[in-house]
Amino acid sequence: MDRRDFLTAAKTKKTTAVNPETSGSASSARTFSGINPYTGPWTANEVIHLLKRTMFGAPKAVVDYFVTLTMSQAVAELINPSAMNPSPPVKEYATSANATLPDTNIAQGTTWVNDINNDGTVQSQRRASYKKWWTGVMVNQDRSIREKMMLMWIDHFGNESNDVGNANWVYKQHTTIRQNCMGNFKQMVRDITVDIAMLRYLNGYLNTAAAPDENYGRELQELFTLGKGPDSKYTEQDVKEAAKVLTGWQINGTTYQTVFNSSRHSTANKTFSAFYNNTIITGRTGATAGDLELNDLMNMIFAQNEVAKFIVRKFYRWFVYYEIDSATEANVITPLADIFRNNSYNIKPVLTALFESEHFFDVLNQGCIIKTPADIVIGAMREYKVKMPVLTDWDTSYGHWNTLYSFMNVQGLNLHDPPNVAGMPAYYQEPSFHEIWITTDSLPKRNQYTDIMTNTGYSRNGFRMQFDFVEYAKTLSNPGNPNDLINDALKYLYRINLSPQVKDQMKIQMLLSNQLYDYYWTNAWNAYIASPTTANFNIVNTRLKDLFRYIMNLSEYQLS
Amino acid sequence: MKRREFLGKSMAVTLPALISGYAVKALDANSPLVQALMGGGTDTDHVLVVIQLSGGNDGLNMVIPVSTYSQYNAARANIAIPQNRILGLNGYTNTGLHPSMTGLQSLYNDTKLKIIQAVGYPQPNFSHFRATDIWMTGSNSNQEVYTGWAGRYLNYEYPNFPNGYPNATVTDPLAIQIGSTASLTTQGPSVNMAMSITSATNFYQLINGTSDPVPATKAGKELSFIRTVAKQTQQYAGIITAAAARVTIQNPYPANNSLADQLKIVARLIKGGLKTRVYMVSFGGFDNHSLQTTATDTTVGTHATLLGRVSDAIKAFQDDLVYLTIEDRVVGMTFSEFGRRIKSNSSIGTDHGAAAPLFVFGKPVLGGILGDNPAIPAVVNVNDNIPMQYDFRSIYSTLLEKWFCLPKETVAGLFPPNVNSQLQSLPLIKDGVCVTTTPPSTSGVTVITNSPNPFSSNTTIKFSTAGGHTLIQIIDTAGRLIINLLEKDYLTATTDTIPFDASHLPNGVYYARFQNGATQQVRPMLKVR
Repeated sequence: MDRRDFLTAAKTKKTTAVNPETSGSASSARTFSGINPYTGPWTANEVIHLLKRTMFGAPKAVVDYFVTLTMSQAVAELINPSAMNPSPPVKEYATSANATLPDTNIAQGTTWVNDINNDGTVQSQRRASYKKWWTGVMVNQDRSIREKMMLMWIDHFGNESNDVGNANWVYKQHTTIRQNCMGNFKQMVRDITVDIAMLRYLNGYLNTAAAPDENYGRELQELFTLGKGPDSKYTEQDVKEAAKVLTGWQINGTTYQTVFNSSRHSTANKTFSAFYNNTIITGRTGATAGDLELNDLMNMIFAQNEVAKFIVRKFYRWFVYYEIDSATEANVITPLADIFRNNSYNIKPVLTALFESEHFFDVLNQGCIIKTPADIVIGAMREYKVKMPVLTDWDTSYGHWNTLYSFMNVQGLNLHDPPNVAGMPAYYQEPSFHEIWITTDSLPKRNQYTDIMTNTGYSRNGFRMQFDFVEYAKTLSNPGNPNDLINDALKYLYRINLSPQVKDQMKIQMLLSNQLYDYYWTNAWNAYIASPTTANFNIVNTRLKDLFRYIMNLSEYQLS
Repeated sequence: MKRREFLGKSMAVTLPALISGYAVKALDANSPLVQALMGGGTDTDHVLVVIQLSGGNDGLNMVIPVSTYSQYNAARANIAIPQNRILGLNGYTNTGLHPSMTGLQSLYNDTKLKIIQAVGYPQPNFSHFRATDIWMTGSNSNQEVYTGWAGRYLNYEYPNFPNGYPNATVTDPLAIQIGSTASLTTQGPSVNMAMSITSATNFYQLINGTSDPVPATKAGKELSFIRTVAKQTQQYAGIITAAAARVTIQNPYPANNSLADQLKIVARLIKGGLKTRVYMVSFGGFDNHSLQTTATDTTVGTHATLLGRVSDAIKAFQDDLVYLTIEDRVVGMTFSEFGRRIKSNSSIGTDHGAAAPLFVFGKPVLGGILGDNPAIPAVVNVNDNIPMQYDFRSIYSTLLEKWFCLPKETVAGLFPPNVNSQLQSLPLIKDGVCVTTTPPSTSGVTVITNSPNPFSSNTTIKFSTAGGHTLIQIIDTAGRLIINLLEKDYLTATTDTIPFDASHLPNGVYYARFQNGATQQVRPMLKVR
């Protein structure tokens, strides 16, 4: 498949991705705040803002924890994951009878990631298994930014797992990115360049001296490092020369290892354009030629100022907002890019500066990100603290994760399967960006998810996963008072304040069933607490379901 | 034989795309499309408007026992309406209405109001929440039911909702709740059958095209965008606003009366052409534990204001129905989760009670009073309640049977088993409304048949047109149009026949689709060897 055609067709309006002047909007207030450290109030509001942007949802318990820290401590904890990386996916499927080479050699409940198997049916089952597993990792995320960085980086490199085909390779790419996701960006790009899934996806394994394949050489510059901003001026010649540097890499289909075949490598000198100061990468021979020339290529690309700017803009669009006007470019992107570059492309310092900045906490930058399907699906699971099966019960767990994965999928986020190598349009498509998440098709599906999880949930092996608003209400400060209940819930669930009139309407119509006196709710709640009979439970549960379903169906809920 | 049973038994597992522009997948006989092809259940243009009076309305001060006035006065001297202020009812001196209810008095005298005395249920519950749930679900006092009585009815008529809805024949919301929360009354087995407030598009806003302002920030920009999509998404938004737009002039309604505001919208939508069957509106504030009347004049105060608004709103609504010429199609009813105690309390109010009178109104209603004045003991204790005369489920079942024209046995199936044998068929609706539905309704009537069926090569199609443009199409199971067998303008209502020669066609199922005005009906025909 010619991915270039696909990509070009998708980008009907191929404007520069980052033109500051066209990215601005007269309708929204501009801000001139920069990356000076934020020194304002540090309350639940700021913690929730930080958490909703860096994790999936802001569960009350996590908010309560971070409020006890200073802002810098909180950012440091988010940036430095302490939990171990997750254990690998297991074989939770029964090998299909259609498999020509069934993987019955591995027992269910044990991992398949080290088992070599080239059967298409088996690999299809494993790809599904991988996506369920990743969903589970998100649900069980630790108190850090790591899982959102994973979502971002895997999107950044844009591989379609269904196209790669081999789930073992896809999982390997996942672990490669996971190892680097909070580490060094330059190292990550180098590793991903010779990643077997990437070699397969962008045809690197077909790239030979005799017949260079420019696919990866182009995307490496256009999508992964330099972008197409106004100051990214690499040429077609640079694409061709980069492709030559990358000749000779292959996939060993029986060991699932990347191998360098020097006989397929172009030994000629590679001459780059004036954009790269006419750099010449010396042609090498022998077993180390590929590695040495790749190092040169990395050094040449990462010497360009635009790399740091391009990636910082990406961070910005994932964590702050999609519009980048001239003030933001000057006050935020440029200084953060300097930090990124000055720290040898280590990711933590630049993210720390961003999340500690007055710009990040600027009220004008709060509540303006449209939630991703992962924020909707995983975020709600975490914010309501939905009970999940024990991890050792892999059959039930994977079944539930699969349900959540499917909800994200119908809302437009198919994990590790973006529409094309450019990743999800919400992060590159001018001028709509995040608004692409919301359509007349996807918005009802977001509502359906919260409705289904409110009404019936999903049950497998007798374990039901469902929002439990009665339990949730119990975690709030004063659930017996309908005003406090609504205010508390909205504090954690919304980023936009509702008017007192709207809250009153919610209270009267949902919690009071059109009665006028607060004490009717109070009495009902107290009666349930004192005597949790089915009848008493139903009275409060019915009303809480109405309230929360309504809260989650208002447009405000879509923002974080 | 009922059409539904017939189709359910005789159709193959797939149905063709019968309606242009409507993509149809393989469907079984229970699918929404099949149901829709059969006219969406019982064919009726009747509308029921349910008015919920939240808080527990004091029925004894609303419908006042004139014949036992001295006991009434003794039981609640501090709030009792003076006898000379009670509004009289034509031809019935035993009972009168609260002085603020002149509107309903006039409806009664026009025989458009039925007063049903002392409606309740055994073992009344005195919790607002629980009692409301009982009234909305139709459950027994000691029973947890999770569906509403109207929801079960609509689910019977439109199975599988919302899957497959709206569609070519069922274009409109099945039920509409005015307000922002979906009522338990219309809760079906899986979803609420009423137009969902969970779409979060406030109904007033939908009609008026306004929404809350958004801040001039980035967040405001995105919020505004999402709201716009939400409005586009609202499946029925276009249909409802179009219906509303078709009605620009209505009879006047009283100002500062939220019930009147709601009923005005209901009348507008009915006249605007929505085929929605059930409307829910609500009006609160009846929980008058204290100062139900003023201390000096028992005919004014909170309760008088509320009753006046109910009366004025219903009267204005009824007048508007006359003005809009839709009076024959609409019946309304009121309910409150309970009445109040017979004896008033010392803070000039009443506490939670049991049975209370209920109104059913409209031109199709059999006017008058049903039941007797509640028995009031000579000495009333603080906990004395009005004994129930009619079970509230009998009101619902009667409306389903006599107004929505459902077979009695079907109605019984919509209520808890130990209640349905006790349901009474009450004289609430005039005789005959279920057999003389207005055209183009084909209520339970077969307008197209063929004989013989099954057939081997030729069959004769017999149909009844109401006159005007009449079309019969033959369609195969793949949805392909075989032939427009007949297309003709009839000058008058006619029963006619036309032969169908299928000798050149393979064996299998064919559909004869009849279309005449707004009526359409599909006849499955089986060609065999």
